[in-house]
Amino acid sequence: MSIGHTLLGLLESGPRHGYDLKRAFDEKFGHDRPLHYGQVYSTMSRLLKNGLVEVDGIEAGGGPERKRYAITEAGVTDVARWLATPEKPEPYLQSTLFTKVVLALLTGRSAAELLDTQRSEHLRMMRVLTERKRHGDLADQLICDHALFHLEADLRWLELAAARLDTLAREVTA
Amino acid sequence: MNPAGPLLAARGLHKTYGHTKALDGAEFSIRPGEVVAVMGPSGSGKSTLLHCLAGIVTPDAGSIDYQGRELSAMNDAERSALRRGEFGFIFQFGQLVPELTCVENVALPLRLNGARRRDAERTALEWMERVEVDDLASKRPGEVSGGQGQRVAVARSLVTGPRVLFADEPTGALDSLNGERVMQLLTDAARSTDAAVVLVTHEARVAAYSDREIVVRDGRCRDMEHAL
Repeated sequence: MSIGHTLLGLLESGPRHGYDLKRAFDEKFGHDRPLHYGQVYSTMSRLLKNGLVEVDGIEAGGGPERKRYAITEAGVTDVARWLATPEKPEPYLQSTLFTKVVLALLTGRSAAELLDTQRSEHLRMMRVLTERKRHGDLADQLICDHALFHLEADLRWLELAAARLDTLAREVTA
Repeated sequence: MNPAGPLLAARGLHKTYGHTKALDGAEFSIRPGEVVAVMGPSGSGKSTLLHCLAGIVTPDAGSIDYQGRELSAMNDAERSALRRGEFGFIFQFGQLVPELTCVENVALPLRLNGARRRDAERTALEWMERVEVDDLASKRPGEVSGGQGQRVAVARSLVTGPRVLFADEPTGALDSLNGERVMQLLTDAARSTDAAVVLVTHEARVAAYSDREIVVRDGRCRDMEHAL
């Protein structure tokens, strides 16, 4: 999962301090692995250097964590591009896809389109495997089947997520 | 991908059942020899779209063009002739006539089109051979397995040499091994005759036999080939 893009996406709803960003991240995405302050600090420095965020204000007496960050136009474009680009189909994608879906809902983008695009990318890979299977020996077929079952499991999760988008949108924007 | 223009194309299809909008501006097109998967959640309008494209259901609005002919401009007899000759169908269940043998079932569309019994059954047997069920010719549908029965149905759907094959969840009642075999045989047979296949399915492994997919949601289609 891209922490930089996730923090950028969280900034789309308005400027925040580093501490607020960490709290929002942990609340929405960091159930098992909350962010360290150091990660937030280093990520924001990189985003600042790349012109994707800007410092919106500094509170008196504050260290680096007291800076308030705002997303730039380039930052918004970067988030949009990340959300619209499907992930390479591979096992254990769920945390990245979940993050993308939640961010799309939080920023008013179409989560359904994001899921359609990802499904299409998965299917593209499944077609390649299916074709290989048609011309392969039994060993090839079994190897392809293993990959196909994993991709299919991802897709079932995608369908389930798509069917629950309305409920999820209510929960994440509450 | 076939570079030819569309064989069958629909624009702005609307269909309402009571207060439910089954189709709400759906678009679709398919080229000769192409296999297109129609995906989407239950109740999204997939089957209504298939029924409209096949001339089984008349849309409230919109146009369906089959080789330069507008479906809505045809009368019932012309549409029936199209369904018997140019279109083939395969469904999830209950498509074989239980009283007839398998070869009689496969020969049935030809017989309905006026072919002599011997000619019809000879062609039927050729198709049964292609989908590897010729040994079941004299059995009745109740005596064969689900996977075998579905292969007989595939042979029947292709026996008239249709230009478009409409398949609505063709493997829905089969286990995955039988389902895959049916899909292999169905797509191989369709490709060998350059027939287009409109494949309604909710299963990704079945859709993986297609060339591209469209997603139907809330009665509208999203063509994923042009979305990326």
